[in-house]
Amino acid sequence: MSTGTDVVKPAQEGNGWEPNILAFCCNWCSYAGADLAGVSRFQYPPTVKILRVMCSSRVEPAFILKALREGADGVLIAGCHIGDCHYIDGNKNAQIRINNTKKALVKLGLDKRLRLEWISASEGLRFSEVIKDFTEEIKKLGKNPVNEPQIMAPRVTPLEGVSTHAPQGKRVRGVENPQGFGNDERRLIASANKSAANVQGSE
Amino acid sequence: MFKEVSEMSDNKSTENKGTVVKDNEEKRVGVFVCECGVNIGGVVNTRAVADYIGTLPGVKVTSVNKFTCSDSGQADIQAKIKEHNLNRVVVAACSPKTHEPTFRACIEQMGLNQYFLEFVNIRDHCSWIHMWEKEKATEKAKDLIRMGVERSKLLEPLQASEVPVTDKALVIGAGVAGMQSALDLADMGFQVYLVEKEPSIGGRMARFDKVFPTNDCSICILGPKMVEVARNKNIKIMSYSEVKAVEGYVGNFNVKVEHKPRYLDVAKCTGCAKCSEVCPVEVPYDFNEGLGTRKAIFVPFPQAVPLRALIDKENCINCKACAKACASGAINYDMQTSYTDLNVGVIIGAVGFKTYDPEPRHDYGYGLYDNIITAMEFERLLNAAGPTGGHVVRPSDCKEPIRVGFVNCVGSRDKNTNIYCSGVCCMVTIKNAQLLKEKRPETDQTIMYIDIRTPFRAYEESYNRSRNLGVKFLRGRPVEVKEDPVTKNIKVRVEDTLAGEIRNLEFDLLVLATGIVPNEGIGKIQQLLKLSKAADGMLMEAHPKLKPVDTTIDGVFLAGCASGPKDIPYAVSQGSACAGRATILLKNKKAITEGITAVVNPDVCVGCEVCIPMCPFQAIKFDEKENKANVVKALCKGCGTCVAACPTGALEQSHFKNNQLLAQIKNVFRFQEVAA
Repeated sequence: MSTGTDVVKPAQEGNGWEPNILAFCCNWCSYAGADLAGVSRFQYPPTVKILRVMCSSRVEPAFILKALREGADGVLIAGCHIGDCHYIDGNKNAQIRINNTKKALVKLGLDKRLRLEWISASEGLRFSEVIKDFTEEIKKLGKNPVNEPQIMAPRVTPLEGVSTHAPQGKRVRGVENPQGFGNDERRLIASANKSAANVQGSE
Repeated sequence: MFKEVSEMSDNKSTENKGTVVKDNEEKRVGVFVCECGVNIGGVVNTRAVADYIGTLPGVKVTSVNKFTCSDSGQADIQAKIKEHNLNRVVVAACSPKTHEPTFRACIEQMGLNQYFLEFVNIRDHCSWIHMWEKEKATEKAKDLIRMGVERSKLLEPLQASEVPVTDKALVIGAGVAGMQSALDLADMGFQVYLVEKEPSIGGRMARFDKVFPTNDCSICILGPKMVEVARNKNIKIMSYSEVKAVEGYVGNFNVKVEHKPRYLDVAKCTGCAKCSEVCPVEVPYDFNEGLGTRKAIFVPFPQAVPLRALIDKENCINCKACAKACASGAINYDMQTSYTDLNVGVIIGAVGFKTYDPEPRHDYGYGLYDNIITAMEFERLLNAAGPTGGHVVRPSDCKEPIRVGFVNCVGSRDKNTNIYCSGVCCMVTIKNAQLLKEKRPETDQTIMYIDIRTPFRAYEESYNRSRNLGVKFLRGRPVEVKEDPVTKNIKVRVEDTLAGEIRNLEFDLLVLATGIVPNEGIGKIQQLLKLSKAADGMLMEAHPKLKPVDTTIDGVFLAGCASGPKDIPYAVSQGSACAGRATILLKNKKAITEGITAVVNPDVCVGCEVCIPMCPFQAIKFDEKENKANVVKALCKGCGTCVAACPTGALEQSHFKNNQLLAQIKNVFRFQEVAA
């Protein structure tokens, strides 16, 4: 891996649309990798916001759905490389969970907006490359259609955070249930966990 | 229904902690934005950020500081806590990985629970990576802090727990760094287990001929230290042994050590080496870098500690000649691998290095032409106890070379192999050239280098001395190395970059200064101790400047080349540093562990047991009587794997609760503005 990348001022871009990406980074590898990208001044687009979790396996499918429904154009989960997990094999659980979530997202046409990456604490350059790459990919995909009025309007079930009485395309925050999950999310959690547990049990 | 459950769990968890929490208490948040000099302030408009954050509900005060971590910055936080009666503090600055403990201590002094701090990273994750997008960086900083503010309102108090520390230490690797750690700890009165995979302690330093810059005999200064280690009552040497399993946590590591069979009774063997004399098998001598031979039964080297023989079973032909020759009857061909279980409080990893192997890539023709050797091989040739008794000869015809070329930076400072500088090779080459010149003044040395790097005491002086002795320095890397088929001399084409000329040189012997690379088995140690690897493949320290011997795992320390190339004084200092750091834990007999664990809400748990196989640490036990899962706090490391798996939401990860994370997720993007 080359670390000789010079800090080059990026070409001035037009007032184009910038995607919104939420990144879940594990405390031990990927968060530290993002820190290293910062320390090394590896520039990447300001499209990503990092949320720290202790392990990539803490990320529930519901968090991903929640983020996508809240308007994230992309969700990145970043953890330690397989074999390097601070918690022995948490990242393997994450892998199973995220893959299952991805499968579920295929039906919604949102699967390409979810990405799982292994980024170690020493891979600052890789962190910036992943963000650049993911940003480009999301740019090609365009905005998250969940944000578009025509998709929001015909929703039948009154879901948390989206009131059917609200004017089209506008979001009003409703009363939250304390867990913050809707029914579809609960179903998905159950199915993802079931398959994760099956895989774990069969090993 | 869910609301009720959540409230119940809240009350329960707080009751368990024994802390008084008024759940309905108004959340009064103070936000402290750090400019970090110009690191943040130069990119992010901190004033605008603070003004915006001040408009968020619950935020009672915002403040911008030049350096929030400084005394005045911390005093500002404390004053504002008092003045505005704050109960949540958000610090937007650098990385929590380095500064979270500072601010936790700061708010704790004011009587706030340390977990009421929310740390937002707007330097490493914002200003430093969006240096030319100031407006966007400012907007991003606002979003990041808003996420933090919303999360902070939901934070709950936690108590860090204390664990007892076993006052014994394990040192892995008995090179000069590991020996120093072991000696220092033992001298402070702690029991030390010193595990070494080789049959003798001493490490790489035992193989050097002389050491720079003073050119004193390496084994002459190391030997007494090795004996001191062996004599120390508090040190238990476990040579020819490897760490196979590590379990537990700071203060209470359970370690399994495997003892490889020597096929002789160490208690009976006297190290007389009579057995070697009669052994008919000769194999390349690894201690001499494969130069010369040793027998299948051998004493590692004359100064070995413990001075005991061992049988290399792979090459042994079972002739039993040694058993007849051994006067003390120490030979035991049926010896088996044995194991020892240790319980230690701290672990020091001094797993060392190996030198870069130019053979697979045939760097500069190494392995293709006879008369190209590595600096380590040269070192053994120079050594009076080496294969040639200290005569430097060239491999093709065993004649003493006159023209000797040295190539620096082989396997380091090279994009094709390792980009880092190994640090010591310049001095090694200078020393080797000097030693040869002193031994045989008629010889002629040329050092081909990229840069000569000689920091630290007396290194530059040594460099000057070698120039005064007549060693030639040529700035340039060889571009072509060929062998003369008749004379077996090495022809080198090199650009003298200072003179701007192409030189064609001929040498009798070419010595490659191979760099330092991670030791074999470093990956295994990394996984056993759950450490990180840096880009150079070596193990990673907790902080490159302020915690150079600590790791991210409490109670695990690193010394010597395990964490990157180092010279001997540096490795020794690190060995002592590790001992000092470890003593803090060993002497206090207790360690503070993070309060972050999984917590079961028994009212919600339905006993489905989904979580139990999820836990990598077997920390969840099933309570058959109650039909509920039960988290064993001492074993739980707080990863949250089980929490994500729980289908009913009965499991929660303290400090990373669902509602706390969801608050962040919901506030990543600003919909208020879209709706307006």
